[in-house]
Amino acid sequence: MSVKAMNLKTFKGGLHPPDGKHDSATKAIETCPLPEELVIPLAQHIGAPAEACVEVGTRVKKGSLIGKAKGFVSVPVHASTSGEVIAVEPRLHPMGKALPAIVIKPDGEDCWDENLTGADPETLSAEELKSRILDAGIVGMGGATFPAHVKLSPPPEKQIDTLILNGVECEPFLTADHRIMLEETERILDGIDILRKVLGIDRAVIGIEDNKPDAIEKMAREAASRNIEVQALEVKYPQGAEKQLIDAITGRQVPSGTLPMEVGVVVHNVGTAAAISDAVRLGRPLVERVISITGPGVNTPKNLLVRIGTSLEFLVEQCDGLNGDPAKIIMGGPMMGQAQLSLEPPAIRGTSGLLIFRKQDLPRLESGPCIRCGRCIGVCPIHLQPTTIAAYARLDLFDEAADYHPLDCIECGCCTYICPATLPLVQSIRYAKAAIMAKKRTL
Amino acid sequence: MLASVLTLGGIGLFAAIALGIAAKKFAVEVDPRELAILEVLPGANCGACGLPGCGGYAKAIVDGSMSPNLCTPGGSDCLEKIAHIMGVEAISADPQVAVVCCQGDNQKASQKYRYLGLEDCNAAQKIADGPKTCPGGCLGLGSCVRACPFDAIEITAEGLAVINRQKCTGCQKCVASCPRSVIKMTPLTATTHVLCNSTDKGGVVRKYCQVGCIACQICKKTAPEAYQIDNFLAQVNYDMAHEAEVAVEKCPTRCIRDFSTGYPEGSSFAAPTVPTKKPGQAA
Repeated sequence: MSVKAMNLKTFKGGLHPPDGKHDSATKAIETCPLPEELVIPLAQHIGAPAEACVEVGTRVKKGSLIGKAKGFVSVPVHASTSGEVIAVEPRLHPMGKALPAIVIKPDGEDCWDENLTGADPETLSAEELKSRILDAGIVGMGGATFPAHVKLSPPPEKQIDTLILNGVECEPFLTADHRIMLEETERILDGIDILRKVLGIDRAVIGIEDNKPDAIEKMAREAASRNIEVQALEVKYPQGAEKQLIDAITGRQVPSGTLPMEVGVVVHNVGTAAAISDAVRLGRPLVERVISITGPGVNTPKNLLVRIGTSLEFLVEQCDGLNGDPAKIIMGGPMMGQAQLSLEPPAIRGTSGLLIFRKQDLPRLESGPCIRCGRCIGVCPIHLQPTTIAAYARLDLFDEAADYHPLDCIECGCCTYICPATLPLVQSIRYAKAAIMAKKRTL
Repeated sequence: MLASVLTLGGIGLFAAIALGIAAKKFAVEVDPRELAILEVLPGANCGACGLPGCGGYAKAIVDGSMSPNLCTPGGSDCLEKIAHIMGVEAISADPQVAVVCCQGDNQKASQKYRYLGLEDCNAAQKIADGPKTCPGGCLGLGSCVRACPFDAIEITAEGLAVINRQKCTGCQKCVASCPRSVIKMTPLTATTHVLCNSTDKGGVVRKYCQVGCIACQICKKTAPEAYQIDNFLAQVNYDMAHEAEVAVEKCPTRCIRDFSTGYPEGSSFAAPTVPTKKPGQAA
């Protein structure tokens, strides 16, 4: 069927929820029209939020800098269309709180800032490439939004030998990366070349789950001439988690409390690679991304190329509106995504999907007592004991919980998904993590 | 036979003598007053005095570093006994009780989202600042109930914490457990309280709560000495608490309550018969 189909790699643990990808997997990427207002939050990445550098009334072009990076682990924010800044104020953020944002009223011309100039990556040094990636505000597009330039700046004592491209898309329902791999193959491969040059390495592997045979085939065909490997992977969640993917592809395990560079690997999402290609070749910052708008609660599931700051409500309108009463709105995937209070918040850099479910699509959620079945332990990709940590967390016994390594939990949600008592295991572990981190800070 | 009896007996004798000497030589001197005070303290180890347990407090009273009137659960009886033991005059501290400054249960106050997670206010508060639209309202998930060593708090069927004024000893454990600081310490003798914790403007409060303070100033106009308005929230001036009661009937949202006439709606607690009960004679 596909390349290396007989040789599917994977990691230990995990599970495969019904993936629901069929609704949008065959839909080609469409460009979302310009909304009447764009709300661009200053906090769209892990790390310090950007600092606004425009005022009400400032005229901006598409790609103009509107928020400056504050600190090393931070990235700048750019206008995603041309127009006028009409407000700099707290607006409802996908996190569920009002956070500082820049509101732009588009002028309809949607013209790029003329100061943005492209360059041939062949002529630039690794440092110049890296600064272009930082200036373009590139973050991990898989959803975690970790600033890309930080991952590309390993300390000199760490020897990197492998670049892994994450095309796994193990979250159910999401198909954005799948479509990018099919339709933007060239941009992804160009981005990989740039990443290899920045890191000064040759080996690059693209990991793709076996439920996307068309993407595996297309990527493998075009990557062969560039000395880039494509590795088919068994279909299993959370294979797209960084450390699980490294384990699946290289067999190396990232030690507890360290980063992938510890085992000589850097992982980037395929969407990030495509954005890096634009940032270097065209000089264009990250102002738009592909989002899967799907789930039984929307009439026509689609993959849309969306300007950052477009409201979720506008996205749903582009998919012919809601199908029935929404009971749950999730930004991202159903396993790790963020439930939304309403359709008011804007799409941001980490928005990989918008899922809408009606009441009848949701399971009954009445928690009972733990029956000690141990299924959460079996599926945990980190090999923790979720039920034990959660039991301690419920009693506020955080020192005891800390003995079971909750800080290594990647919050993938497998334990909560599998739990026959529907206990909120991940939430309990997160609660314990927050308490343990707070205690560490005060010590 | 004889050898083993002698050997065992010898070991026993030696150990007895050694232990006897050690007991004399390393004896820990305990002030008899400390033991006597420990005897009269309630033994709840609640922490109201500021120390982790009764033993520590007894020691602190004896060495003079703490005043004998800090044990709120023990109340005046306990204070008198301690004062007698220490030979000092019993000067009681004003007894305090905790009050949940919110009446917005699930019927009267709106929610941003339906919360299905861990039954714990601190855990819920971490998710988009808690399900209740009001940023200061009681979440009703019972963190205070679990913190209370005296079983003085209940959660009503509609999800509101209510504190029993007879059972509350003023230990403040609930105050520390509440992520939204809804629970406040008030003098036991004051029975009239503003049961709202929202500092939003009146129009905003009206949108999410039927019984929130809208800072309309009517209470202040009715009893100018007894009320003050800070941050769009009325507060009783507890120095003039006896004058506060007249405004209860005037408050348009009924967020001012006089506890001598009963607890908030939905509570199973009976109205306190003696509102100014003496601490220490509790149930």
